[in-house]
Amino acid sequence: MLRQLEGSRAVAEAVALCRPEVICAYPISPQTHIVEQLSGLVKSGELAPCEFVNVESEFAAMSVAIGASATGARAYTATASQGLLYMTEALYNASGLGLPIVMTLANRAIGAPINIWNDHSDSMSQRDCGWIQLYAETNQEALDLHIQAFRLAEALSTPVMVCMDGFILTHAFERVDMPTQEQVDAFLPPYAPRQALDPDEPITIGAMVGPEAFMEVKYLAHAKQMQALELIPAIAADFQDAFGRESGGLIRPYRSEDAETIVVALGSVLGTIKDTIDELREEGMRIGALGITSFRPFPLEAVRAALERAQRVVVLEKALAVGVGGIVSANVRMALAGIDLHGYTVIAGLGGRPITKASLRKLFADAAADRIEALTFLDMDWDLVGRELARMGESRTSGPHAENILRDIGPIAAGPV
Amino acid sequence: MFQMRIHGRGGQGVVTAAEMLSLAAFAEGRHAQAFPSFGSERMGAPVVSFCRIDDHEIRLREPIVEPDALIVQDPTLLHQVDVFGGLPPEGFILINSARSFDELGLDDFVKDFRHERLLTVPASEIAREHTGRPVANAALLGGFAALTGQISLDALASAIRQRFRESVGENNVAAARAAHMWVTNELREPSGAASA
Amino acid sequence: MSMPAIRYYQTGSFAVGNRLLDPEQRSEQASEQRSNAITCGHRACQGCGEALGARYALDAAMRATGGRLIAANATGCLEVFSTPYPESSWQLPWLHSLFGNAPAVATGIAAALRAKGREDIRVVGQGGDGGTVDIGFACLSGMFERNDDVLYICYDNEAYMNTGVQRSGATPPAARTTTTPALGPEPGNVFGQGKSAPLIAMAHEIPYVATATVAELRDLEAKVQTAMSIRGARYLHVFVPCPLGWGSASKDTIRIARLAKETGIFPVFEAHDGEVTDVSKIRRKLPVEEYLRPQGRFAHLFKPEVQRETIARIQAGANRNIRRFGLLGGEDGDDGRRGGPGRDGAPGRDGGPGRDGGIR
Repeated sequence: MLRQLEGSRAVAEAVALCRPEVICAYPISPQTHIVEQLSGLVKSGELAPCEFVNVESEFAAMSVAIGASATGARAYTATASQGLLYMTEALYNASGLGLPIVMTLANRAIGAPINIWNDHSDSMSQRDCGWIQLYAETNQEALDLHIQAFRLAEALSTPVMVCMDGFILTHAFERVDMPTQEQVDAFLPPYAPRQALDPDEPITIGAMVGPEAFMEVKYLAHAKQMQALELIPAIAADFQDAFGRESGGLIRPYRSEDAETIVVALGSVLGTIKDTIDELREEGMRIGALGITSFRPFPLEAVRAALERAQRVVVLEKALAVGVGGIVSANVRMALAGIDLHGYTVIAGLGGRPITKASLRKLFADAAADRIEALTFLDMDWDLVGRELARMGESRTSGPHAENILRDIGPIAAGPV
Repeated sequence: MFQMRIHGRGGQGVVTAAEMLSLAAFAEGRHAQAFPSFGSERMGAPVVSFCRIDDHEIRLREPIVEPDALIVQDPTLLHQVDVFGGLPPEGFILINSARSFDELGLDDFVKDFRHERLLTVPASEIAREHTGRPVANAALLGGFAALTGQISLDALASAIRQRFRESVGENNVAAARAAHMWVTNELREPSGAASA
Repeated sequence: MSMPAIRYYQTGSFAVGNRLLDPEQRSEQASEQRSNAITCGHRACQGCGEALGARYALDAAMRATGGRLIAANATGCLEVFSTPYPESSWQLPWLHSLFGNAPAVATGIAAALRAKGREDIRVVGQGGDGGTVDIGFACLSGMFERNDDVLYICYDNEAYMNTGVQRSGATPPAARTTTTPALGPEPGNVFGQGKSAPLIAMAHEIPYVATATVAELRDLEAKVQTAMSIRGARYLHVFVPCPLGWGSASKDTIRIARLAKETGIFPVFEAHDGEVTDVSKIRRKLPVEEYLRPQGRFAHLFKPEVQRETIARIQAGANRNIRRFGLLGGEDGDDGRRGGPGRDGAPGRDGGPGRDGGIR
């Protein structure tokens, strides 16, 4: 049914339709509306049987999910940014133990400096922890991916995180088609655990594994993600049959078949990118885009096939690998091994800096003319950076960077009253 | 696509206003995207909310830098925050105030604008009259509907009722209708007091 | 549990053998039907107090729950010696997740069971002192605050033993550990504020808190049984000497545990809803030196010279416990029992011959 509602609410309702049995969450902006909605659904009895556990930290949240999932219950949690980091140890534990927990990650920047706005530094920091990572482009896709995620996770016995841009998607009111309970029940069978704590059949879970077997056990997590490369498109195809729309999958090309320049990106920025591409296409530029929905497993073959005929690839990413540059672009390069084309990494939108169509127009035009640097920072105020570097050079006790730069912005932004 | 911004302060229902606008557009079968200026909210701090309305799926995700319309719910913001940034000369402006643009000190600023698209409306007073509280958001949307024609009053009423229950909803609908009528009358026969 | 008068005891010891007790008063370990929840073959050190305590506690819990029990275990000695890859000595469903999250994992298990309508199955969370009072503290407090239906058992050997005897929040003053070496003007651990997990548990006013030692094993079993008769958050703190970490003889584990109680170093008590309801009295008060001497971790208090001041401070701490908990007999009647609300008129377990048959 078509509804106009906040992205967080749409996700909460979709999660509820998946009949989770244990929800445990710790509040952090911008995920709060999701867990608030779910607590309301549980408290009112609309979502039952379900235990909603108000935990004392994100580390506890993932730990409660681990205990619940190991006991055979469908478990769900949500977090962002610092909260994801706080549960890092437990993330690895969940994937290593093969527990099909589903988690919403409301993408938010990681401090210091503390910042509550959107970028992908949180999910990127955990790209190798063994969790499957899916990125939603719209709120419709966000709610759809959760339904697909439970089925994917439980089929493979591996946890899945659904990434949606904090604030940009979570706090946006937009139209979505909300499935019915019957539709979701038909698509998502009850959880049949591969392993479960059960007094009738006692097992030991979580033993130490030494050098003689660790590599093999660890490889299994990778093997499951390789299976996911097949399963994700299959589930997306089933989803299309059942719900009547395209959602999920590994990648989503846009006007890229004959493109000379292809822009690669994840998440909601693809919407703005598509509008920009349409305008540039009107003006004759042969430009297209490639959205990556499944970042882990990284679809090397599919990405290669989508990009290999282009002359240049511009990877626009909302995270920075400090000390080297791009993260997504490094993965894209692996996919393009042996292919000679111009590759550009554009770091954009860190800490919620808006990515505007105007900026993208200029960026893409410059890229098409090979006028940008291999590593480009979109809309960076180099003047501000320069001032701080100069301060640091002048004095050993130059003070905290963030405060210095903010002080610079203050007088500049205030301007004449 | 029609893009608009609402400027106010935390606690005035600015975010709710954008949501209701999007609900109204949805009720008319259109696509709408409403979102707030995200931040650590606190009562009294300047807040901006945004709404895009279109007949097809809205893919754009950037903040609205070139709005087609502006609503200023709190006139104390007028000379503190750049509320008019990016508004083209053919843009709509609706300000919550009993004073005219001249009296608000904006006459110079708006001299190149299309005057029939600029209005002040005493929305807080209208709101207080119908709901008992000077929360002007619903009333302003009623005025907006009349000024721009982007949404119908009926669609707005259904959006308000979705957001506010029972008597609170009905009272806000009444306020919206009153403001709608007020603006309609002003547009038909400018009293000179309200418009620029 | 009523206390029968016992006249005979085994020659050469103060132990009363099981055969002199009625069957239902015998230790679960005397039963051929015992669960052996942690069965033999594990790799614990000779004389390990934790292995002893865990065996008694879990078999008692299995008996109390008819075998319907799931355990969540923190990283630590117990987890490591019980699951040497590729073997496991656990004969109940058992999950080891991380070091600091055993209480939260237990909460998750309990929540799952509740959602599935299987609250007949009970949950035990367990860990050492490090995993409980330090790294697991937030999760423990959260579990208490929510009153989750979990019995959490802390096996306290007063340091991070599994990683090589480093100091924990439970390490007592003056004790030598590898990170509080016996060097400098204040050798051993500092005289800090300490961190009494049982008192903190009581501050949460959870339904049941108890302390026990491996010197009085049937007391330990009875407390586990009491705990399993209650729903909600429960906490059991068990004092378990570690021969390796404490530098004591492996044959002295039970003796040292008894000395901890008899000197007042470790108060043994029960509390319901945040108030002490029963106390196991000291039978024959001993000075703390008796407790300290057999342990290498306190050797620097005696050689090259006796550190009288330090020992006096430790004694003062013990005296405070004695006063605070009323650990000496005679205050509430000849049998020394300290009654509390909700307890029946059973004869004292402490003034009389007691559960393990020790004579006065």
